Formats: sequence, C-alpha cells, structure tokens
Amino acid sequence: MIRITRKIEFSAAHFYHNPNFSAEENRRVFGKCNNPHGHGHNYVLEVTIAGEPDPTTGMVLDLKELKDILQAEVMERMDHRHLNYEVPELTGQIPTCENIAAVIWKLLEPKIKSGKLDRVRLYESPELFVDVSAGNGARA
Amino acid sequence: MKISLTRRYRFAASHRLYTTKLSEAENKRVYGKCSNPYGHGHNYVLEVTVTGPVHPATGMIANLGELDPFVQRAVIEPFDQKFLNEEVREFKEQVATTENVCREIFRRLKSFPLAKLERVRIEETSKNSFEIEADVDRLDGARV
Repeated sequence: MIRITRKIEFSAAHFYHNPNFSAEENRRVFGKCNNPHGHGHNYVLEVTIAGEPDPTTGMVLDLKELKDILQAEVMERMDHRHLNYEVPELTGQIPTCENIAAVIWKLLEPKIKSGKLDRVRLYESPELFVDVSAGNGARA
Repeated sequence: MKISLTRRYRFAASHRLYTTKLSEAENKRVYGKCSNPYGHGHNYVLEVTVTGPVHPATGMIANLGELDPFVQRAVIEPFDQKFLNEEVREFKEQVATTENVCREIFRRLKSFPLAKLERVRIEETSKNSFEIEADVDRLDGARV
C-alpha cells in the first residue's frame, strides 16, 4: 500500500464561545480564544490517501483530482472565512481544531474515489495539530 | 473515526551518553563523541499526542489551558536548561539517551487526567527523532 499526502493552506477567523456557559465560564474555559471579535490562523491541512497504484497509470489517484476536491470542499468553504458564521457544517459546534478537522474528514471521505482517505492532519499553528483517521478509537 | 491532538513544546538540555556498566574504552566505542565527559546539549522538540472524545461543550479533546501547565510542570520545568544526567533523578540510574528520555517523559505524562496519552515524540535534532506509543489494545483492528 502507498500513502500520498497533499498539503494546502487556508486562512480563517474564529473564536470560542459556548452559549450555554456564563460569560465568566466562557472566559475561564476558553481564555483569550473567547474574545468575541475573533482572531485568525493560517491553517495547514495535510490530506493523506492510501491505496495501490493503478497498474496502467502508476498512480494511487490523480493529484489534480485531489487538488480540485480540496479546492471545492475546503478552500471554497473555509479560506478567508469566519468559521463561526460562514461554514454551515460547523454550525452549533465550537470551531476548534478538533471539530474543523472532523468536518474536513466528513467532507472529503465520500469524495475520494481512488484509494481511501487515510488521514487528515490539520495544523492550527506549527505547535498544534489534530489528526483524524479511520479506526474505531475515540469518536469525534 | 479516530481523532488525536498533538502539541509541540521545546526544551534545551545537555546530556552525556555514558554508563558505568561499560568500561571507559567501551563507552568510547559505543557512544563516540556523545560520551565526552563534559556533556553536550540539544534543542529538543517534544510532541505530545493525546486522544479521547471531543467534548461537545468545548469542542476539545483536551483544553490547552490544562495540558500546557501539566506538561510544563511535569517535563519542561524539570528538564529545560538542565544537565539531564545530574539534575533529573531518573538519569542518574539510566543513560540519558533520547530513547530513555522518551520513556521517562511518557511515564511522567501518562497520568494526565483529562485525555489519554497516546504518543510522545522527541526531535533530538532536526535529523533524529524518537517516539513511544501507548500499548494498543489488540482488539483495535485499525492499529496492529
């Protein structure tokens, strides 16, 4: 089996706020991420596809196809957006790295026709990332 | 779907690879310049991976407001700007190789109460890295 990884970057704004928490509790749990004006990140997304290379083309999947899927599913939805207000898939969820990565996994998985989605790794900063993979571990 | 969160930390420390179980000549042969008696140092990068349910109220596996101070107290404060062989008790008894440093850091972090510690990975330099994982339940078919 071969794994191939494609990387893209998008920039987006967010803040953390749970309407069921008091103002004080929001500040305590989310700290400065609770600032209602929001703040932003340059997210780096690594998408890994696993599969056997096609005997004719020698490719697991056409990277151009993957690039188009990432453009349509991720870039157009999230790049230069406010994740709290402009991404319907995140409505009702705190737009943490965990939740964004899980949404991206769910958007991409049905679109990958050659090979299988193996891992989504989303960096919020060089010091923090979330991995989503198949498997029967903890449920998102 | 399996989801994990990884946080990167840094610490700078010195060590010397040397064991009293080997002769001087053997230490020299096995550890080479890493056995230089005065020690040497690295800028270590520590990656800590935790896993567990994403709590619906916070959207988080673990709140960094809780993970960061835990790692800070358990590892960064005792290791940063220190000579590991002399200043971290566990390395008086065992060689401060990065394999052993990985193991010791895993031991110190596995009691993090708010998520399950899955992996500790250390970059000793940009060219060498070491990692240790929690024992995986054999029933978890996704990972063998």
